[in-house]
Amino acid sequence: MPEKGTWTVKKGLAEMLKGGVIMDVTTPEQAKIAEEAGACAVMALEKVPADIRAEGGVARMADPKVILEIMDAVTIPVMAKVRIGHFVEAQILEALGVDYIDESEVLTPADEENHIDKHAFKVPFVCGARNLGEALRRIGEGAAMIRTKGEAGTGNVVEAVRHMRQIMSEIRALQNMPKSELMAAAKKMAAPYELVCRVAEEGKLPVVNFAAGGIATPADAALMMQLGADGIFVGSGIFKSKDPAARAKAIVAATTHYNDPKILAEVSKDIGEPMKGIDIGTLSEQEKLQDRGW
Amino acid sequence: MGIKIGVLALQGAFREHSIMLDKLGASSTEVRKPEHLEGIDALVIPGGESTTIGKLMAEYGLLEPIREMGQKGLPILGTCAGMVLLADKIKGSDQPRIGLLEMEVVRNGFGRQVDSFEEELKIKALGEAPFRAVFIRAPYVERVGSSVEVLAAYGDRIVMVKKGKILACAFHPELTDDPRVHKYFLEIIETP
Repeated sequence: MPEKGTWTVKKGLAEMLKGGVIMDVTTPEQAKIAEEAGACAVMALEKVPADIRAEGGVARMADPKVILEIMDAVTIPVMAKVRIGHFVEAQILEALGVDYIDESEVLTPADEENHIDKHAFKVPFVCGARNLGEALRRIGEGAAMIRTKGEAGTGNVVEAVRHMRQIMSEIRALQNMPKSELMAAAKKMAAPYELVCRVAEEGKLPVVNFAAGGIATPADAALMMQLGADGIFVGSGIFKSKDPAARAKAIVAATTHYNDPKILAEVSKDIGEPMKGIDIGTLSEQEKLQDRGW
Repeated sequence: MGIKIGVLALQGAFREHSIMLDKLGASSTEVRKPEHLEGIDALVIPGGESTTIGKLMAEYGLLEPIREMGQKGLPILGTCAGMVLLADKIKGSDQPRIGLLEMEVVRNGFGRQVDSFEEELKIKALGEAPFRAVFIRAPYVERVGSSVEVLAAYGDRIVMVKKGKILACAFHPELTDDPRVHKYFLEIIETP
């Protein structure tokens, strides 16, 4: 009997996305531009994070009609976002047949205590994290893929860099710890002990780890890859720029050739203006999306 | 073992192939540009997104040299997206491909991610014990030309084929602990 929705299958799709770029799209036309540019998947949503930020109000799961239209428009995997803790939005996305669910801080949280029990689903989940403890809590709940939170909708890579460096340095610290100190480390970072032991032994997260939140240029993408990301999410960075098709293609090339400055120089040329961007220092605590999720 | 195996590293699960080859004592090297093909004894094309990998191959001049090397007898293993890229016909698609195998593949032939599955497969070429095959948004082969040998099927869907020194499967042996597909490929490489 074929076994569906196993851990190997859920985590496996993320493995296949590695070294690729997942792009936020809001229409079937944008989805086609992304696919044509070489995106390895698209994230279907109603508004990109920059617009969610600008417009305010409660941000929710996208209209299923839009998601289905995007699924029909492309042959690459389609992801979609649900509010943190909103397991019914997740049930709806699973029923639609989306390929991955992002339980995302970009949308307004539906539960300020609990995230979704992701083991209960056949469809795999990706979740954001700012540090190792947060990543391991999400994996403990069943996330089959992790991404940095960064600060979505800002076009500013500084928070994604902070979160990636934080996770990597915490992993290195665990690797150098004697076994006798791992329980205290687990307690301190509020993470499941078994997962802490596993990371200490293997020197990496047990699932794929992408960079997200503020990536706007080919150089940003390559920076995150050199810092250890397995792949890249670009939200507002593409369709809020002057020439989305050219920028999308350049970011795809930069993610593959992240260690090749000559190619990076070539693909960074003449791709139009990037999105304007926001200095993180000008955001109030309430405006920071990364503090959503627990 | 003195052989060096190139692993196409444009996008996808290339690292898992390198780890598996390493466990079997074969050294591997990442291929991102045409010059990385120099001196390799075989090539692995991993799983990933076939459209992404195909476009990057076309963009960075890898399709032609790999096609030529394959025609001259370079052993090639393609898994999932790798199988799609090796087919000369891709149902309903004009995406870039290597096209060394005379067959028609159906992309995402088993459905979307919610339909991805694991299953025990009987594969004669790998011995008696069944192989735990992981299918992720996997393709299958609808029909093969006379030059292509069918090694495994799931129901009436062909999922593993061979032509000369070129081997392709719809599933992901690199995501399991079972090294038999990679061992079989190493035997193909070493057969004069």
